[in-house]
Amino acid sequence: MALLLGACDLKHAAVIDPKGPIALAERNLLFDAFCVMMIVIVPVIVLTLWFAWRYRASNTKATYTPTWSNSVKLDALTWLIPAVIVVAVAVLLWRSTHRLDPYRPLESKEPPIDVQVVAQDWKWLFIYPEQGIAVVNQLVFPAGRPVSLRITSDTVMNSFYVPQLAGQIYAMAGMQTRLQMLADQPGTFVGRNSQYSGGGYSQQHFEVRAMSQADFDAWVGRAKQAGTSLDATTYPALAAKSRANPITYYSAVEPKLFDSIIDKYRHSGHAHSAPVRR
Amino acid sequence: MFGKLTIEALPFYSPIAAGGAAVTVGGALLVAIVLTWLKAWKYLWTDWLTSVDHKRIGIMYVVLALIMLLRGFVDALMMRAQQAMALNSGGYLPPEHFDQIFSSHGTIMIFFMAMPFMTGLMNVIVPLQIGTRDVAFPWLNAVSLWLSAAGAALVMVSLVIGKFSTAGWTGYPPYSGIEYNPGVGVDYWIWAILISGVGSTMSGINFIVTILKRRAPGMTLMRMTPFVWTALVASVLMAFAFPAITVACGLLALDRLAGMHFFTNAHGGNMMNYVNLFWIWGHPEVYILILPAFGIFSEVVSTFSRKRLFGYESLVYATAAIGILSFTVWLHHFFTMGSSANVNAFFGVMTMIIAVPTGVKVFNWLLTMYRGRIEFHPSMMWSIGFIVTFVIGGMTGVLLAIPPADFLMHNTTFLVAHFHNMIIPGVLFGYLAGYMYWFPKAFGFAFHRGWGLGAFWCWIIGFYLAFMPLYLLGLKGMPRRMETYNDPTWQPYLLVAASGAAVVLCGIGCMVMQLYVSIRDRAKTRDLTGDPFDGRTLEWSTSSPPPPYNFAVIPTVSDREAFLEMKEKGIAWRRPAAYEPIRIPSNTPIGVILGAFGFVLGFAMVWHIWWLVVASGVVMFAAVIVRSSNDEQEFTMSAAEVKAIEDQRYRLLGSRS
Repeated sequence: MALLLGACDLKHAAVIDPKGPIALAERNLLFDAFCVMMIVIVPVIVLTLWFAWRYRASNTKATYTPTWSNSVKLDALTWLIPAVIVVAVAVLLWRSTHRLDPYRPLESKEPPIDVQVVAQDWKWLFIYPEQGIAVVNQLVFPAGRPVSLRITSDTVMNSFYVPQLAGQIYAMAGMQTRLQMLADQPGTFVGRNSQYSGGGYSQQHFEVRAMSQADFDAWVGRAKQAGTSLDATTYPALAAKSRANPITYYSAVEPKLFDSIIDKYRHSGHAHSAPVRR
Repeated sequence: MFGKLTIEALPFYSPIAAGGAAVTVGGALLVAIVLTWLKAWKYLWTDWLTSVDHKRIGIMYVVLALIMLLRGFVDALMMRAQQAMALNSGGYLPPEHFDQIFSSHGTIMIFFMAMPFMTGLMNVIVPLQIGTRDVAFPWLNAVSLWLSAAGAALVMVSLVIGKFSTAGWTGYPPYSGIEYNPGVGVDYWIWAILISGVGSTMSGINFIVTILKRRAPGMTLMRMTPFVWTALVASVLMAFAFPAITVACGLLALDRLAGMHFFTNAHGGNMMNYVNLFWIWGHPEVYILILPAFGIFSEVVSTFSRKRLFGYESLVYATAAIGILSFTVWLHHFFTMGSSANVNAFFGVMTMIIAVPTGVKVFNWLLTMYRGRIEFHPSMMWSIGFIVTFVIGGMTGVLLAIPPADFLMHNTTFLVAHFHNMIIPGVLFGYLAGYMYWFPKAFGFAFHRGWGLGAFWCWIIGFYLAFMPLYLLGLKGMPRRMETYNDPTWQPYLLVAASGAAVVLCGIGCMVMQLYVSIRDRAKTRDLTGDPFDGRTLEWSTSSPPPPYNFAVIPTVSDREAFLEMKEKGIAWRRPAAYEPIRIPSNTPIGVILGAFGFVLGFAMVWHIWWLVVASGVVMFAAVIVRSSNDEQEFTMSAAEVKAIEDQRYRLLGSRS
């Protein structure tokens, strides 16, 4: 009964039940590799238990060869079997790592929508440069359109994580990382920080919503009416430590705010920071 | 005068923290009272603390490991209890306490449980298996032990005075930097690791030299036991990998103490350098821990299958291959840092390649069991449980080694389940197999079998209950290190995981009972022969416990299974015509003094008590000078004394038949 309930519950587990092509491809990779591995894992487990039983000391009928310790054929097999499996998975790995490089723009007929993401203590700020709005703890975009994320941190290292749509990537101050995602259908998903970042970490999750283009336009329109703007004077108050922030809209954002958050760390003192992989 | 140290440092901020402090102080007091009551201080000092005998040092390492296992396990229980109850609530631990607990759990289990356990088993067994009288540098060995103990003591003291780090066992900056973590916690973590890391590096060097230079005549490299081979490769890794973490922690300390900017957000600092350095140590560290355990499994499976180890050469080459490859995979700990696809793919493929020699080892153990006569001694049970469980962890490891799959699973409880799935069956089960296998050798009486089997069953059942739900929670997207959560579907899994921790607690109870019952019954279960399991290797050829000189006459080796061969040829236990006087290293208090002042130095660094830093540094330096100026570092045991000990041994051997 409990197992059945568990199985039903797991069918909707975030990783098993992806809602976009990226997460789906990543999940399928997980499943494929899992199946290939089972070719060797299951026999090893069965053989271990079977040998332990079959060759137990009390079973004097079993063959006993106390000095047999070498066989070129078996030796070769012990190297070959894992090697063949590893070659198979390695090919899968090499191809998929390039195909699913989070920096690689998605191929789609629809134009991508750009969102800039800033990790703060302990919340997420999403800036929409084209729409000129910003939102705290809510990431909204049209379903079916690729979302191209530029991610940084205005605090310690965070990891931006949306298991049903994109997986994750680190957010680091003075640097920019990238992630692509796409939702097949409208829906609401959970996003989190998965890299421990201090006292408010456990509540640092955000709502991810994919909606129709019309709903998205209406949502942008509503955000535009918030009447608050995010600029050099209002930003520090937002960046200060706070826990479990409610969703907050900013109807106007200073252009280049995202770049200035990165540059704040890059241009202080010696400019020896690593080059940014755009 | 006392730097940053004030009365505020006492843990009255929370009743639970105060309770932890009370247990620590109470435990230390209790030990002191019992020692005084038994009038055992002098015995403890002369026979143990000042000893440079590798067997005693090894036993002290294992005692340290078992004490720290208890502490680390209490941390684990507290975390499982917190997560089991923290749905939409704060549970019973505030975030500032929960994060200290997950940080200390990892730090303790890796640095102060697994490392001392491994070094302890190597100390007791390696010199016996290669047929020598001690390690190459006996005093250095004592210094290593006491520096490790000093690091462990710093972690324990942080329970009572101040707080421990909240930055996890990996201490990633910039979170662990002074800007985000101005308290003393990270400093406790840094100095505990720096001080014990020096000890580990010296242990590595000591065992490389011991194994390469002090083998008995006839013991070629390809006649060394699998445990000695794995100890050798692990020692090489220790000598090469530990400097990386020493540098990483040292630079982090400079950031924190001297306002430097190696890993800070601004002023040209770059946390990615720390993460690379940390894992350049951290991945080899996994193999430092697991290779000796592989060696133990090889010995145990062969002994209790009553069969020669299958594919010895393959096993040796696999060990060496793992040793080399372990330095080429560190980036798989952070595929999510935004490296290019080529870099990620390279490190992913390298990680998979390590699975090949590891797979070879698994097949070799299987083929050793094949057509054997398997006896289910507790050590054999740990080994069988290990193979079955470890391959599951290996499988999930290969899944995580695929970068795009890792994007989904990284930093979730799936990752937590994976590395516990490697470390608990792979490392801890191996050490416990060795502990139960060599206990009679170290102490001269049997280790209770029933309680050992009980410990095994509780540990393995508890393991599956505690970690299989974490794999599933990872699939549900639960990040690690969460103090509270809002997803009600997670809670059933966390409740099962907590019940698993409770079952493991029973396993630890069995281990305590096993010690108690075995010591109580020791007079009835004396190991008179020194060879209770019909052993194959040299450690079983000497008495249990071995005499201070291990071997009255250094054996000559002509086979891989040296002692079995002697028994078959009928030359085992043969008495020599005459005994020679033997040179033995003298006891010295300098090792324990260095450890004590190493602890003081670390404590003073943590609290910025600069005069004390200088004073303890001067004492340590002076102690080394005093030791170096002492030409009387050994004494001679006369042939008559050796003969007296050996006569006693042969009387016991005779009384057996």
